[in-house]
Amino acid sequence: MGSEEALKKLYEIAEEIYAQLERGDIPHMKLAARHKGNIVFDPRTGVWKYGDSRITRSAKKLDGGYMILRTLYIMEFIKDMIRTKKSSTLREMYYISEGWDMAKFHSQDESNKLAEDLEVITGFMREDFKLRPEEDGASVIGNITVEEINRKGKPMRINCRDDVGDSGYLIPYNVENDKLKFVDVDADFVIGIETGGMFDRLVENGFDEKARAVLVHIKGQPARSTRRLLKRMNEELGLPVVIFTDGDPWSFRIFASIAYGAIKTAHISEYLATPTAEFVGITASDILNYDLPTDKLNDRDIAALKAELKDPRFNTPFWNEEIRLMLDIKKKAEQQALAKYGLDYVTDTYLPEKLTELGVMK
Amino acid sequence: MGIAHEMAKKQREISVAEFFEKNRHVLGFDSLPKSLVVSVKEAVDNSLDACEEARILPDITVQIEQVGKDEYRMIVEDNGPGIVRKNIPLVFGKLLYGSRFHALRQSRGQQGIGISAVVLYGQLSTGKPARIISKIKEEEVAYEVLLTIDTKKNAPKIIKEEPVIWDREQGTRIEVVMRTRYNRGKQSVYEYLQQTAIVNPHAQITLIEPDGRKTVFKRVAEQLPPPVREIKPHPHGIELGEFINLARTTKAYRITSFLTSEFTRVSPKIAEKICSIACVYGDMRPQELSLSEARRILEAFSRVKLMAPPTDCLSPIGETLIKKGLKNVLGALRPGFYAQPITREPKVYGGNPFIVEAGIVYGGDLPKDQQVRILRFANRVPLLYQQGADVITKAISSVDWRRYGLEQRGGQGIPVGPAIILVHVASTRVPFTSEAKEAIAEVPEIREEIELALKSLGRQLRRYQAKKEKKKKLSEKFFIVNKIIPEIARKSAEIVEKPVPSLEPVISKIMNVVWIDEDVKKNGELIEVTVRIANLTAKRQRFTLFADYPLGEYADGDGISEEDYVRWDIDAEPVSYEYRHFKLKNAEGYKETNYYIDGINPNYVIGAEPLPGDWHIKLDFVEEEVSQDGE
Repeated sequence: MGSEEALKKLYEIAEEIYAQLERGDIPHMKLAARHKGNIVFDPRTGVWKYGDSRITRSAKKLDGGYMILRTLYIMEFIKDMIRTKKSSTLREMYYISEGWDMAKFHSQDESNKLAEDLEVITGFMREDFKLRPEEDGASVIGNITVEEINRKGKPMRINCRDDVGDSGYLIPYNVENDKLKFVDVDADFVIGIETGGMFDRLVENGFDEKARAVLVHIKGQPARSTRRLLKRMNEELGLPVVIFTDGDPWSFRIFASIAYGAIKTAHISEYLATPTAEFVGITASDILNYDLPTDKLNDRDIAALKAELKDPRFNTPFWNEEIRLMLDIKKKAEQQALAKYGLDYVTDTYLPEKLTELGVMK
Repeated sequence: MGIAHEMAKKQREISVAEFFEKNRHVLGFDSLPKSLVVSVKEAVDNSLDACEEARILPDITVQIEQVGKDEYRMIVEDNGPGIVRKNIPLVFGKLLYGSRFHALRQSRGQQGIGISAVVLYGQLSTGKPARIISKIKEEEVAYEVLLTIDTKKNAPKIIKEEPVIWDREQGTRIEVVMRTRYNRGKQSVYEYLQQTAIVNPHAQITLIEPDGRKTVFKRVAEQLPPPVREIKPHPHGIELGEFINLARTTKAYRITSFLTSEFTRVSPKIAEKICSIACVYGDMRPQELSLSEARRILEAFSRVKLMAPPTDCLSPIGETLIKKGLKNVLGALRPGFYAQPITREPKVYGGNPFIVEAGIVYGGDLPKDQQVRILRFANRVPLLYQQGADVITKAISSVDWRRYGLEQRGGQGIPVGPAIILVHVASTRVPFTSEAKEAIAEVPEIREEIELALKSLGRQLRRYQAKKEKKKKLSEKFFIVNKIIPEIARKSAEIVEKPVPSLEPVISKIMNVVWIDEDVKKNGELIEVTVRIANLTAKRQRFTLFADYPLGEYADGDGISEEDYVRWDIDAEPVSYEYRHFKLKNAEGYKETNYYIDGINPNYVIGAEPLPGDWHIKLDFVEEEVSQDGE
């Protein structure tokens, strides 16, 4: 797939809109419904994708009208970028839309969502449209050597343990093979860590060397490139992936988006999701077993947990049990709560215990 | 027995002054502020009745001057026919003078104690005489009379009487100084005159308050209400005392002819039947009837079948004039919606014909969090007191207004919301709760009529709100077809490098309405209104559009200007925009115009209401007047 094909696809959309108007039909587009009721498990790839339910965005409604109009504007914009061999960040597109009169976006959420809509409609990725996200600062530390094509077009070899500072190797927005290649690795598994604080703790305690792990700071809800990199390390290097997050409903969702695919991006789950990824913690059971300091669940937490019970991705015995237990004890805990037992407790006791249980550490 | 008779009897035994003191509350002079309202009411009602009887468009000025602490001078001046010189002292200086107490007709007067009671009150509370000036057309000069009432003899005592030059053709002016207190707001002279103006749109009423503030309730209708006919009593509506009085004064020689000549709907055959049921000799003289015989006849009345009394003796205000009156007086509150008022068919209770009229205004600057304001009227006279005891209030409280979009706890009681409800009961005999005549009694027939009228208004209110809701929803679509669709067309045509396609089919598919709205610009003294008629249907639409502007006067425009609205004949191509214009002067505080349409299915139209049924009647009438003028 490439930009020219993507542009052709967009042009077909414009042709279809024009034809609808000519026929006297109200302009409309059909696309997959992007809600949790329309994701289905694909046993072939092991991830969750959109089902057959489709929605129509019609100019009969304000939202649909804006969407169609913006699509036409974006098309022009992309055409320009392809001609001038440029690309733009999603944020730049949001600002460029200032000149689009009433088609302009009112928030970046709107422009991000439309970029996703275009992916869903065309089957192309936003990179094909010359749109890219901002670097989000997710990073890697561990004994893995990569070769990145730098902006001068030259390959650069980087060992993510020896050639980087304390903040690690920053994951670029494009982690496809043409940009980033794996050269060598000497590690047993990859561990994705939600918070910066815990990432730093593991770095300072030398967990990467002690446990032969590749540490990935996923920075909250991970960007596409982070998820894609995790998947590639898992598939191409054969490394098991485990995820270590806070113990609350929102962190459970972070794990789900990595392992099963996110609802918003289910159209590209097979590129992004790592179905074999495992959840380390913090689980509701951990809160009890390790007697961790906790916060009370608030109303939004409880609603989120209840929604997860209805989310097909969480319909496994493990998650059923853990979610219900958390609802039972009405408590959540942060990763850092483990510091209750000292700064080394997480690397000396908690992780070795949990990872051995999962069969990742021996 | 009526108060008149009671009073007449008592006058022989006690002085009127004594009687007055004992019956102040009955007469309405029971508090200082109320005394003034009641006095103004007597004088204004007299003036209105006199003008109407003489077929003159009333022009009445009420002035209140403060002359001391709790002492005010009330001046009421009219352009009525005037009073002949020799009658002036009797009209103002003798209690219960005048013919109207026995008359069975729809009149204001039946509600009052009479203007002489006002003179007496002034005299008793301040010791000062009343001053009257009156001039009739036929005389060159007016007569000025200063008088008091001789309370022992119930007779006028003239202090001074002399001809004066008065620079007007005709009219009457009365000045009475009295102990009272002036206020504005609820149950005030202002409120009384404001409400009087609503139901008497043919009258011009001016109020000058003690602080010099002048309010003019302008005349908005040039036609007088049709003269009211006097009717004979119906046997089902007569009381024993009245019956005996009639029998004493009749010129008939026999009971049977007495019954046929003094009552309505009694034929000779029925008269004989009544006599036979009552076991009364039909040939005896009516004057000789004993009390028990009279009772038996009354009893027999209820046992014979009689036709209902005639109802053409009633003069309702009419739907159009109620609306005009409401608009004229309440325009400053800028209500968003004037329901088409309801005038019910005449009905009968206990032998008395009556008619119920009701109107409602809604929205605008009316307070949203208070009980609705209730305007009660009996024979065109505002009722300001005893609201809770009135059948009108009871009827309003028993309607479930929640379904019509007003708040009401538990679905009963006076509803809360930005609305004013007007109810008028007209009858040859309005049943009051007491002799003070401040509230209409609960009569099932009247209550039912009021409730039916209110429900019909409520349905209009609900329709109005539903339509407003619909317009709000459709305004999004309007934006889509006006802005988004043309832009999508332009952009997609640009990309595929083809001409911009025609959008009519798409637009009519999305909208399928005729959309009417206005754009208002203020230009110096003028309000400039641009009316946009967007035919967003697939068909050519031809119809008549009416702009019923809420206030101001027509200054200029491209439509046909009628009395107080503008009219256009519209012919709009499918999916096209038409623009019409008009300018108003003296329209300070303009908010929006009500648009009406005729000749088009109203379901297709957003932003205008179907033309009310009686507009045509009014139009014909106006045209007739004009052609008469032209001759």
